[in-house]
Amino acid sequence: MTRLITRRSVIAAGAAAGTLTTLPISMVRLAFGGTREDFSFTYISDSHIQQIKGATFVRNWDMGLKRAVAEANLITPEADFVMFGGDLAQLGKKEELDHGAEMLSHVKGKLHSVMGEHDYYLDLGEYWSKLYGPQWYSFDHKGVHFVVLNSILTTDEWTFHRWPTAEQRMLEMAGLDNPNGSPFMVGEKQRAWLKDDLDKVSKDTPLIVFSHSPLQKIYKGWNFWTDDAEQVQALLQPFKTVNVIYGHVHQIQYNQIGNIAFNAVMATAWPWPYPDTYAQAGAHVPVLTVPMNRADPFFERDATGWQMIDVNSGRVTARYQLWDNGERVVGYDPKLGKPVDKKYQEAIVRKAPQLHY
Amino acid sequence: MRRFTIALVLGAVLLSPATLADEFTGTDVDRWQSEFDSVAKKGRELWTSGALGTNGVACAQCHPNAANTHPETYPKFQKQLGKVAQLFEMVNWCIRNPLQGAALPADDPKMTALVAYIHKERKGVAIDAGKH
Repeated sequence: MTRLITRRSVIAAGAAAGTLTTLPISMVRLAFGGTREDFSFTYISDSHIQQIKGATFVRNWDMGLKRAVAEANLITPEADFVMFGGDLAQLGKKEELDHGAEMLSHVKGKLHSVMGEHDYYLDLGEYWSKLYGPQWYSFDHKGVHFVVLNSILTTDEWTFHRWPTAEQRMLEMAGLDNPNGSPFMVGEKQRAWLKDDLDKVSKDTPLIVFSHSPLQKIYKGWNFWTDDAEQVQALLQPFKTVNVIYGHVHQIQYNQIGNIAFNAVMATAWPWPYPDTYAQAGAHVPVLTVPMNRADPFFERDATGWQMIDVNSGRVTARYQLWDNGERVVGYDPKLGKPVDKKYQEAIVRKAPQLHY
Repeated sequence: MRRFTIALVLGAVLLSPATLADEFTGTDVDRWQSEFDSVAKKGRELWTSGALGTNGVACAQCHPNAANTHPETYPKFQKQLGKVAQLFEMVNWCIRNPLQGAALPADDPKMTALVAYIHKERKGVAIDAGKH
């Protein structure tokens, strides 16, 4: 099943899937004025580069990032820019960030990076910021206003006063299911910045917001969570067209809350189970989401991957490039007012993925 | 009427737990549970530490709370192993491959601890050996 992906094959796959349904999903161009155009960008995330000792790193995670970069570079026409969604490193070490940044430096086009908790909690983002600059900022591209947030901050007490060493602080936050961790948050200071930034933008301008953690509350036990998600959402809701793209969860998720469409992206390192498969936890996945297939542990890259993001009329279509699995395409359906999968549809007509348990 | 009352009293005595033969004492049950819990706790420590293999990777990196391990489905046929395998064999597969370590004997106390932890996190799920 493994093969290199070309833009042509992806578009062909999308077109073939499109014939299975009459729903006009994604690639729908609405008539609008102004200078806005359709475009695409590449999204790579969660490579978790992990140092073993000296110059040796975990080969498995290295290969995921290398493969994503190699495939993204083969796409024609080239994407307008490349996003990296955070967790470049596993334990925030300079060696890990340098090794990951070196691999990532081979992408064609401008690279934007999002801060992940694995990049942050050793030195509180100092070395990452030397490599990638500010931790939150905005930019405009072809009529769309883009915002990059650092959503993995937490309380001052946890960050500055709880742990005897920076190494222990990093290890405590690195464990996804560790009850000693702390809920992520954007924080008051950054929310004030976001409000100021958005005050200058017309409510008709499409927004695309990048965060590492979901800007919605999914499962607190695994920190699939941002504690001040509602406050951030309230700043975004007045805009007509809002998309949030997040990493961290290592799986396909999508959702719609008011005007905000959410898409999660894949990891290149390893996949995570859906939270509702944890027998002691209960259901915690957005009901809109049709899950991806269960990961097969015998195939190292299964259930990992990267994505192309198409922006049509300011709306996001995520084309998930899944190694050892067929592509998934999740795009905003203007008629239904929410993101839907090209192939895996409403429950009554849905082609079900594998059962998760 | 008197006979009926006696029968009722007898019945109540027979049904009360204190009269069941050879019931375990609370002290026994508590001790056995705490023995299990301490081994499962050791399993959780191994699960989350990078020390099981050689590359620092921990089981919990892919399996938070031991999710997606499906202990209730073993033994089951694993086509990549070409046979019906037990849970400890899959644990060893992960130790050898993603963790780049050496397999543990089936009765190694570390393996017992890992399996105890996996089952503890899956408590309440019905046994369904062979399921895929």
